[in-house]
Amino acid sequence: MFKYLKQLTSLVAMVAVLFTFTTESMAAKKSKTLKNTQKKGFVRCGVSQGLPGFSNADAAGNWTGIDVDVCRAVAAAVLGDANKVKFTPLSAKERFTALTSGEIDILSRNTTWTLSRDADIGLTFVGVNFYDGQGFMVRKSSGITSTSQFKDGISACTNIGTTTELNMRDFFNSKGIKYEPVAFEKADEVVAAYDAGRCDTYTTDKSGLAAQRTKMSNPDEHIVLPETVSKEPLGPVVRQGDSVWEDIVRWSLNTMIEAEEYGITSSNADMMKTSDNPAIKRLVGAEGELGAAFGLDNDWSLRIIKQVGNYGESYKRNIADTGILPDRGPNELWTKGGILYVPPAR
Amino acid sequence: MNFKLKDIVPQLITVLAVIFIFGFFTYNAQINMENRGIDFGYGFLSQESSFDVQFSLIEYDGSHSYFRAYLVGLLNTILVSVIGIIIATILGVIVGVARLSPNYLINKFAAFYVEFFRNIPLLLQIFFWYFAALRALPLPQNAEAIFGVFFLTIKGLYVPAFIWQNLSIFLYSIIAAVLAIVIIRIHAKKVQENQGKQIPVFYISLGLLFILPLLSFFIGGVSLSFEVPVLKQLATTSFIYEGGVSLPPELIALTLSLSLYTATFIAECVRAGIQGVSKGQKEAAASIGLTPNQVLKLVIMPQALRIIIPPTTNQYLNLTKNSSLAAAIAYPDLVLVFAGTALMQTGKAIEIVSITMFTYLTLSISISILMNWYNKRIAIQEK
Repeated sequence: MFKYLKQLTSLVAMVAVLFTFTTESMAAKKSKTLKNTQKKGFVRCGVSQGLPGFSNADAAGNWTGIDVDVCRAVAAAVLGDANKVKFTPLSAKERFTALTSGEIDILSRNTTWTLSRDADIGLTFVGVNFYDGQGFMVRKSSGITSTSQFKDGISACTNIGTTTELNMRDFFNSKGIKYEPVAFEKADEVVAAYDAGRCDTYTTDKSGLAAQRTKMSNPDEHIVLPETVSKEPLGPVVRQGDSVWEDIVRWSLNTMIEAEEYGITSSNADMMKTSDNPAIKRLVGAEGELGAAFGLDNDWSLRIIKQVGNYGESYKRNIADTGILPDRGPNELWTKGGILYVPPAR
Repeated sequence: MNFKLKDIVPQLITVLAVIFIFGFFTYNAQINMENRGIDFGYGFLSQESSFDVQFSLIEYDGSHSYFRAYLVGLLNTILVSVIGIIIATILGVIVGVARLSPNYLINKFAAFYVEFFRNIPLLLQIFFWYFAALRALPLPQNAEAIFGVFFLTIKGLYVPAFIWQNLSIFLYSIIAAVLAIVIIRIHAKKVQENQGKQIPVFYISLGLLFILPLLSFFIGGVSLSFEVPVLKQLATTSFIYEGGVSLPPELIALTLSLSLYTATFIAECVRAGIQGVSKGQKEAAASIGLTPNQVLKLVIMPQALRIIIPPTTNQYLNLTKNSSLAAAIAYPDLVLVFAGTALMQTGKAIEIVSITMFTYLTLSISISILMNWYNKRIAIQEK
C-alpha cells in the first residue's frame, strides 16, 4: 500500500513541478523550508535558554543577542520584517533533535561546529558567527591563576550534551589530572552549583563563562583563567537536505559581516545605494540580481543591514556594550587583525 | 468452537489499528531519517564513549564503550532506587504506625509530615534538598567531623573506607549463620506443631548472626581497619578529602527527596492496611490469651499486609521511575548519562530513547513480578 502511495505522491509532485515551473522561481520551489516559512509568516528559530550576549530574553520576552540577530537577519531577508521570528529556547541536549525533527528551521544557539555533528546526524553548519574556545572559571580567593595549578581531585561543573564535556576529558587526561565531572542539564543549574561551592571550577566556552559570570551572586569574586583549551567555532545550523535554505541562512550571516567590512551600517545603508563601489552597491541591492538565486527580491540584503545592522553593530550592541567581552579578539574583521573573513557577495 | 463474528471483528479491528499505527510511525521515521541522511543502528554501543562520569559503581572512564556508559547509568539508577525503596519502606511503616498512635503529639506530627511532603511536587523537593540544603553545608575545610570520622561537606559526604583482611572468610561466616537460622526455624516450627513448645527463634537468630561473624575475627584471621578521609589542599581556598569513600551530594539529595516523598504514600498504605483489619480480630486474639506482641505479629500484620502490598508495589514503581528526575541535579543516572550525554554525542535519538524506555519497562516489570510473588505468598491459602 505504501509503495503505491509513494509512487502516487511522486507522480503528483512531478505534475506539480511541471505545472509551477513557469509561475514560481526555481529556488522557492526547491526549498520546502523557505516556502513553509513564507506561508507561516515567521522564522522558527532555536536559541539558548538564556545566555547574555548570545540569546537572552528580557522580562517582556524580547530576545536579544548575536545568535538572535542571525535569525532576525533571515527573517528580514525572507519575510521583510526582522521581528517575524518565533524563538524556541532549547537546552543543549534538546537542540539537535528539535532541528532534525522539524520543530525549528534554524538552530542559532552558540553551537560548536564539529565534524561528527556536521556529517553524522543530519545537520549542516552554515558558518561561524563567533570564534570561541573553552576556558575555566575559578574563584579569585582560590589563588589559582593558571590551569597548570590544577591538582588531582578537582571538581568541574559543566553542561551535559556539549563539546565541553569531551574537551574537559581530553584536557585533564593530557595533563594527567584526576577530576570529578559534575554535569547538569541546564546552564542555570551549573551556575547555581558552582556558585554554591559544589565545584572548584566551571568550564565552558569562554564567551559563555564571561556571560554567565554576570549572573553570579558576586561576579567580582570569579576570574576566567587565561588558557584556552579548545577551538569552538560557534555558528548557526540548519537541517541537512535543503540547500537553498542553507544558502539563505549562510548568506544572511555573511551579509552582516561583509556589510561591516564595507562600512555599511543600519543608518547609512540607504545612502550607500549611490556609492561608487560596485561591491557596496551589490550589498544594498542597487546593482546585480543576487536575491534571485534564493528566490528572494533584490532588497533582501538591504533589509538585513537596515533592520538588524552589520556584524559590528550587532557585536557592540549585544556583547561589547553589555560588558561581556568588550575586546573582540579573533572576532574582529580580517582587515583589522581578526579572523572574520567571508566569501564575497557577488 | 463457536466463534461469533461480533466477538472477533472488534478485536481484529483493534489489532489491525495497532499494527497500522506502529507501521505508520516506523515508516514515517524511516523516510524522515533517510531524507536527512541519518543512519539507524545500534553499532554505536561498542564505540568509545570519550566522556567521563562523576560517579560509577563499576570501573569506567571515557575510554570504555557507550554500552559500558549505559551500564554505569543503569547501575546508578538501580542504586538510588534500591536505597530509596529501603529507606522509604522503613520510614513509611514507622510513620504509618505513628499515625495510629493514641499519643496526640506523635499522631499529629506524623499527619503533618505526610500532608506536607506528599503535597509538594517532587522536582521542587529535589531542588530544595540539592540547592538550598547544599548551600547550607560547610566547605570541606570548615567541616566538623561527625564521630571523628564522617565529614558532611558541600562536596559530599566522606566516610571511612573498610579495609578487609580475609574478607571471604567473613562472608562465609555470614552465610553459615543464615543457613543455621533457616535450619533452626524449620526445626522450631516442627517442635511447635508436635509439642506446642515455643523456641525463642528470634533471639537465637540474632545471637547466631552476631557470634559467627565475630568468631571469624578471632579464629578465621579476619581483620578490619578503617581508612579515615584526610583533608587535602588543592588551592588557597579549595579543599577536598582524600582516602575513604565519598558519596556525592547529588546522590544524597536524590535519595533523601525520593525517600521522604514516597514514604508519605507508603505510610498511608500501612495505615489503611492496619485499619482495614477488623477490630474483632484483635479482640478475639487478645481473648485467647495472646500477648499484644503476638497479636500484632500473628494476627494483625498477616492480614494487614494483604491490603498493604499491592498499593505499596505501585509506590516502589513510582520511586524507580521518579529517580529519572536525577537529571535535574547532575546525578549520573540512566537518563542523564545515556539518554542525555550519550544521546547528544552520538545523535542516535531513536535508538537511545528506545533502549532507555525498554530498560525502565524491564526494571518496573521486575519489581512488579517480585512484589506479586510476595503478595501471593502472603495471600489467604484457599484449601
